Parts: sequence; C-alpha cells; structure tokens
Amino acid sequence: MTSKSDLPQGTLDLLIMKIVALGPVHGYAIAQRLQEVSRDVVQAPQGSLYPALHRLENRGFVDAVWKKTESGREAKFYRLTKKGRVQLEAEAASWQRLTEAVSLIMNLSEGGAK
Amino acid sequence: MTWWRRIWQRSELDEQLDKELRFHIEEHTAGLIEEGVEPSEARRQARIAIGGSEQIKESCRDARGTRWLEDLWQDLRYALRTIRQRPGFASVVALTLALGIGATTLMFTVLNGVLLMPFPYRSPERLLSLQEKTAKATQFGNLWAFAYPNFLDVRRDVRSMDLAAWRHAGGTISEPGDAEYISSYEVSAELLPILGISPALGRHFSTAEDQAGAPPVVLISDSLWKRKFGGKQDAIGATLTYGGQQYAVVGILPASFQIADDRDVELLTLIGQNTQPSMKAREAHPRIGVWARLRDGATVEGAKSELSVIASRLSNEYPRSNEGRTFVADPLQPITGNAGSTIWLLFGAVIVVLLIGCVNIASLLVARASSRGREMAVRVALGAGRGRLIRQCLTESVVLGLIGGAVGMLLMFLTLRPFISLWPGSLPRAQEVQTDWKVFAFAFTASLLSGVLFGAVPALRAPAGELERSLRAGSRALVGGSRRLQSILVASELALAVVLLVSAGTLGSTFLRLSSLDPGVNIHNVLVTRLALSQNVLTDPAQIRVDWQDILDRARSLPGVQSVAMVDTVPMREGNNQLGYWTNSALPPRTELPLSLGSSVTPDYLKVMGIALRAGRFFDASDRMGSRPVVVIDEVLAHRAFGDTPAVGKQLWIPDMGPTPQEVVGVVAHVRYWGFADDDQAQVRAQFYYPFAQVPDGLLRRWSELMSVAVRTENAPLGIVEPLRREIRRTARDQVLTEVRTMEQLAEATLARHRFLLVLIGAFAGVALLLACIGIYGVLTFLSRQRVPEFGVRMALGAHRGEIVALVLRQSLGMIAAGVMVGSLLAYAAGRLLERWVSGVQMGDPVPFVSVVAILIGAALAASIAPARKASRISPVTALRQE
Repeated sequence: MTSKSDLPQGTLDLLIMKIVALGPVHGYAIAQRLQEVSRDVVQAPQGSLYPALHRLENRGFVDAVWKKTESGREAKFYRLTKKGRVQLEAEAASWQRLTEAVSLIMNLSEGGAK
Repeated sequence: MTWWRRIWQRSELDEQLDKELRFHIEEHTAGLIEEGVEPSEARRQARIAIGGSEQIKESCRDARGTRWLEDLWQDLRYALRTIRQRPGFASVVALTLALGIGATTLMFTVLNGVLLMPFPYRSPERLLSLQEKTAKATQFGNLWAFAYPNFLDVRRDVRSMDLAAWRHAGGTISEPGDAEYISSYEVSAELLPILGISPALGRHFSTAEDQAGAPPVVLISDSLWKRKFGGKQDAIGATLTYGGQQYAVVGILPASFQIADDRDVELLTLIGQNTQPSMKAREAHPRIGVWARLRDGATVEGAKSELSVIASRLSNEYPRSNEGRTFVADPLQPITGNAGSTIWLLFGAVIVVLLIGCVNIASLLVARASSRGREMAVRVALGAGRGRLIRQCLTESVVLGLIGGAVGMLLMFLTLRPFISLWPGSLPRAQEVQTDWKVFAFAFTASLLSGVLFGAVPALRAPAGELERSLRAGSRALVGGSRRLQSILVASELALAVVLLVSAGTLGSTFLRLSSLDPGVNIHNVLVTRLALSQNVLTDPAQIRVDWQDILDRARSLPGVQSVAMVDTVPMREGNNQLGYWTNSALPPRTELPLSLGSSVTPDYLKVMGIALRAGRFFDASDRMGSRPVVVIDEVLAHRAFGDTPAVGKQLWIPDMGPTPQEVVGVVAHVRYWGFADDDQAQVRAQFYYPFAQVPDGLLRRWSELMSVAVRTENAPLGIVEPLRREIRRTARDQVLTEVRTMEQLAEATLARHRFLLVLIGAFAGVALLLACIGIYGVLTFLSRQRVPEFGVRMALGAHRGEIVALVLRQSLGMIAAGVMVGSLLAYAAGRLLERWVSGVQMGDPVPFVSVVAILIGAALAASIAPARKASRISPVTALRQE
C-alpha cells in the first residue's frame, strides 16, 4: 500500500466545491465521495471537512438546508451558490494551469534542460 | 448570514453543528456495521476517524468569523468578575481615572467651546473679515479698520462677496422708562441677512433707510423689548429716545443675537445715518468692522484678487489717503485674547495629572500581575496564546478606564458651570461652551487610551516562555524584571510631578513678586465710574463745562467723600489714549514719533489717586482755556525725553493736541497703567497728564462721552455708589453711572489670571505629589515584601535594622533621583512655555525650583520610610521560613 500524502494547502476547499457542485449533498456523503475519488491516496482528514464547509458557507460559496435523507433522517444538505460556481471555475482554472506547469517540469528528461 | 445574526443565533448554530456531527458519526457507524464490524467497535472507529469533536466544533466556530466578538464578550465577563472580586482596588482605580478624565474632559469642553467653535451664524465658513492693510507698519501694526468711504466703494464694486459694516457704540435711552446707558451697534442694512439672522418680530432694516436723512429706525434686543415695552407686539412702530434723538422701533432681535462674541447688544441703528465728519473722511478709521459672505460659487482666492484690483484703483483715485493701502480678507474667527493660552496651559496640566494617574494605576497593576503570574502561567499551559492573554488583560483595564470615564463625565457635568464662573474676568465665549458630540468622543477616547496605557504595561508582561519556571516558583520568579519596571514607572510619576510642582512654584513666586509691586497709585478707597452726561447739554461746550463742574461739586459735597476728580483713561481699566510726542519743533513723520499715554484730568486727580509729585506742580484752577497749555509728565517720560536734566520748564510737542508746544510744569511718579503683570513689558509706558479744562471746545462733546469720575472716600468706596447715583440724577434724569469699579477691583483684575493659574496648577501639583507618594509607597511596600527572604538572610548574617532601612531607602532614592533629573528637564520646557504665555514670569530664579524639589524629595522619602521600617522589623526566622 502506498503511503498517503497530505492534501496541498487550499485544495480541500476546491475538492469540496467540486463535489457539492454535482448536487445537494450532506457532510458524510462529501467525506465518502472525497475518499472514493481520491482512491485512498489523498489523506483528507474528516476533522477538517466541517470547518472547511462552514468557512465556505460563511463566504457565501455554498449554502445549506436541512432535509430528510432517503433513510428518513434529518441532515444538512449543501449546494453550490452562483457565487460559488464562479469561484470554483476560477480556482479550477488556476489549478489546471499550476498542475500543467508542474508536470511540464517533471516530464523533462534527465539532462534535457539546456 | 450577517455577522450579527451569527452572534445572536450562536446557540442555535451550535445545536445544528452538534446535530450535523452526530449524523456524520451515526452514518459512518452504520456503514461500518454493514461491512460487518462489531457495533461498539464501529462506533469507536467512526469517532476516531472524525477526530476530537470539541476541536472540530472550535474550528467551525472560528470559521464563522465572529470569534473575536465572542472572545470579547468572554473577556468582558471575566473583567467584570475580577472587578467585582476586588471592589476596593477597582474603585481606587476608577476614582483616580474619574478625576483625571473628568478634569481633562472639562478643559477640553472649554477649549472646544472657546477656541474651536465657530460663530453661531449660518454657514460661518463662508464668512470673511475684511481689513485695510498698509505697506508700512507703525507701532500699531499694519492692519487697520476700514474707512467708511472705502467700505462703500468696495461694497459697490465687489462681485464675489456681500459686504456689511458694524461699529460699536453706546448711549443713553431716556424714553420710555428710566434712563439707562446701553451698549449698541451701528450696522449697515445687510448685516443681518449676511449673518443669516431674521428678526424675531417686525422686519430688517431696508437699504433705503441706510443713508443720511432717512427716517431714524432701530432694531432692539429681546431683553430691551421686555424691559421697555413689556414684550408687547405693539412695540413695533413705537418710538424711543436714544442719544437725545427719537427712533421708531421696526424690529425685535432674536434673544440669541450676538455681534462677534458680544451678546450684550441692546440696540442697532443704521451706520449710514451717522453724520459724523469721520464717517466721510477716507483718512479716518473710526473702528468699523467689515464682514463679508462669499457668494455662491465664489472662492476666497477670487475675492482676494478682486479686492486687490479695487484697492489699486482706489489708491490711484485717492493717493493722499489710499496710497500703499490694500484690503485683506481673512476667515471670520473669534478673538479670544489670552484665554487661549490659559486654556492650553491648564489643558496641558490636567493631561499631566491624568498621565500620573495612569502611571500610578499601571504600577499597582504590575504589582498585582506579578502576584497573578502563576494564574497566567496556568492559562498558557492550558493553551491560551500570548496575544489572547494580552487581549484579556487589556479588556480588563479598558473596562476600568470606561467606568472611570463615565464617572468622570458625571463629575464634568457637575463642575463645568461653577468652573466657568470662576474664570478670571469672564471667560470669553462662555456661552459657546457646551457638551457636544466632540466632548463625548474626547472623553471616550481618553478613557479608552488611559485604559490601554495603564493596561499595556502589565499586559505585556504576560508570560511568554520559561513556563515551568513561573509555575514552579510562583510569583517570585517574575520579580526581577518587575522591580526594574516598577522603578521606571515610579520615576516617571515623580518626573511628571516635578513638572507641575516647578510650574506651580514659578507661578507662585511670580505672583508674590508682582503683587508686592507698587502700583504708583493708592488703590484703597477709590471709586471710579463712567458717567454719561445729559444729552441736551452736549451740543453746547460752555454748558458742558458748567455741568461737569456742577457734578464735581455735588459729588464732593457728599458725606464721606474726601476728593473728586475727572479722568478719561483710568489706570488698569480697559482703554487708553496713545499720543506721539517730540522734544523740539523739528517733528519727524507721525509714524516715527515715540508714544506716550495721555490722560486728561481735573486738578484733584493727583490727590484722589494718591500719586506722588516728584517735581514742579500739578494743575490748578489757573490752567484754563486760553492760558498757556501745560502738561505734567511721569518719571518714565521725563527720563526718556529729557534724560537727567530737570524736566520742569521744558516743552513737549504733541501734534494730536495742536501745533503749539505744551509746557511741562510738573513730574509725578510712574503709575502701573497696564497692571501689575504687564506694565514692565508694555510697549508704551511713558505717561503725561493734561488739564481737562484745556480740551478745546470742538473736542469737548467727544471727551464728555469718555470721562469718568474718580472719588476718594473715607470708608469702603462702594458705600458711596447709591448716594452718588441719586445726587447726580437729581441734576438731569438721563445722567447715569456705568462701569462702577473700585481701584482695588481693577488692580486685582490685572492679577486675576495669575491667581487663577496659580490656584489650579498648584492644586494639580498637590494631587500629583500625593499620587506620586502613594505610588512610591505602594511600590516599595510590594518590593520589600518580595525581598523578605533576602532581608532575612542578610539579618541572619548580621545586618542591622538600620542597614535594611538604608537598603530600601537607597532603592527609593534611586527612583527619586531619576525622576527629579528627567522632571527638571521637562520642567525647564514647561517654564519656557509659562515665560512666553504668562506675563511677568521670569525663569532663572532658583528659589522656587529648589524649594519645590526639596518638598518633593522630602515627601517621597517620607513615603518610603514606612515600608523601609516595616522591612527592617521582620524577624529573620520568619523570613527564612518563608523561603
């Protein structure tokens, strides 16, 4: 089993927004989704999930309603706001640029740089 | 969600958070059970996965962004709890602050009203004051009141401003009711509209009325309306007799009416109806004030350049009077004389007192913080950040500061009016002194700053490192640094006290020196009063002379009167007459003549005032109209004009009194005309007297409006006022006494400002000394208690009690020496300020300095003796056991 790496600073918010963008979802589901998509590679401590959610809620990127789940229990469902969508697009784009730049450097063959 | 809703719904939010986390754990547990994990093990794993739920909740609360407010709330509750736990300490602190902030706010309120408040006119920032300015300056400066023809021309030609003129006057109202001398103004018709003032009743003056020959009309004050017309509506259109002429009342002024700061305005007449020759002459400057309001869209710069164009045109047109003359416009601002410097001095002094109070509290708090060191260390160990601890300490002191400030405001409200009534003379613009939002803002800021100031020192001592040392050693580990800090605090307290003490000492010695000076007149048992002669004699010079003689004879016949004289300008009273003189007929230009104070008097003046005759004679009945013109000069003029040669028999040319020279017939002692404090520095000190009997007929009417009667009495002079009033009214019922004063009152008034400053700064210095002594006592007691084990060891090793006392006293002497040294430097700077702002103060006299510093050192040492002796009385055994 490969050792898990820590999530880079600031990416947790991005991931959460991405998941929430797919439709109203509660905290536990987000945690599960996080774990699935990151295929157990990325360590997303469940402890930091909720503060991050509340921070996003405060900044108006997500809002929340209390709704019944399929199992009939009350849960807090989050969804992305308009403002959040704009923010997500901006952050996703900049993330894209960053990763491309990093992989470009990483793919240079040894001694290839002149 | 807005932040305040987040605050209000705090508990609801917490509940929801709880619910959300519970849901998460239960879902996770259910999931694990489905995977086949034991229920209890599943619950355990779920909990571990999410981590410490309290930490998560804390971070979520942090994420709300209202954390600082919640902390503040918590700190406030903690602060109030601490204050309640030690009510004695808290009330000492709050009271000290209340006095300091109360006094500082009081002075700020006065400063705000007197120096900062604009005139209560409509948009006062658009108002300007205009003056004439000459290229060359004389002894009187280079700014002059407008000549009336110049005012008329500027008013006609200027486009950027509306102009109005006013001139102070005064006269007797003889009808209706009792004759009464009142203060009045001649104004141009535009004045009230320009100031934005409407009559309370009736109408404004009209422009058509503002010229010679128009029907005479007046506006009267609210109080005159009530006094003379019973406040009835039909006063409009009624007539009153003022200055011997009948006027129709056309309007009533609002009760709040004032011209500049003069609220004592009873009557307005029209300046255009004044037909005196001086109003037609461009050379004359009969004290006309000119105010202007900028028209909409006009700027001050535009107005100024327009004025200079008009000025240069007028100087071409009338070179004789207007050559080199320009017009200047300045923002209309109150003139407050030396009240400004008095206010600033006292404001500075109360700030020093407040600072001493803060330092005192700071040193008390440091002592307490040292004993709370362990508590602080425990808090740090439990995870409190240093910043958080500092914030907590500051909250506590700011709460104390605000409590002190609130009590201080209360004290301020109670003492403001009594304080103003104690002001020497009267406080200019006293009516503007009000508590407005600026005062509240000042008090709030002062409270906050004081709280931060005395709180910061102990707060910054919140433990940062060496936790385990603090925890293990308790309070004693902090003492080393604390000792140095407390010494600095006490030393600065003493330094500030030195500033106030030396200032008070300097003022005291100045006051003693000044009041022991010889005023040159015998001020005891002399009454001086202005007297308005009956209006119907003023047109006939011969009748004027007869009437004045009659008044003198009647006054002299009153029982208790020793002698009576007339005089135009009275020493130490407002008003003087400065005339140029020369000792030969080759007169230089007028502006280069040396100046002297001229007084016209009757022969008994010398006897009434008790002025010493040095040489020659004073006037007698033979000095009349038609006889040789004579003057009597004082020693100062004799010395300036004739040096060491005898002055009697010499001649003086005084152009303002005609082309023929005046013969000096006598020399008298110098009189401190400008009062005890100001006479030595006065620009014009030389004096001469000339006989009232030789005032030419043409000037007699003007002079008669200025004359005062001086009476020497056998007993208290105020007892003669009523008989005199009755006797003089018997001759003509419109003759009234105004400005009744004794010479003692006038003399005292010239030192009133010194006395006022001395009493207040002396009181502040006393408070400062007391606070400093309390400070040094408290700190030494605290430090000695901390050093008990050390003293124990010393005594066990054979130290005597005296040596322990010496040890403590040496510590206190160090603080005193440092304080006195720094304080002396500051006091020197303060002395410079006093020298500049308070007449008669001379630096360089070591006596007040040395004596007050001796008092300070003595008091500080006395305060140190008790803790020192207490330290020496501890038994070594107990002391060592404490270790």
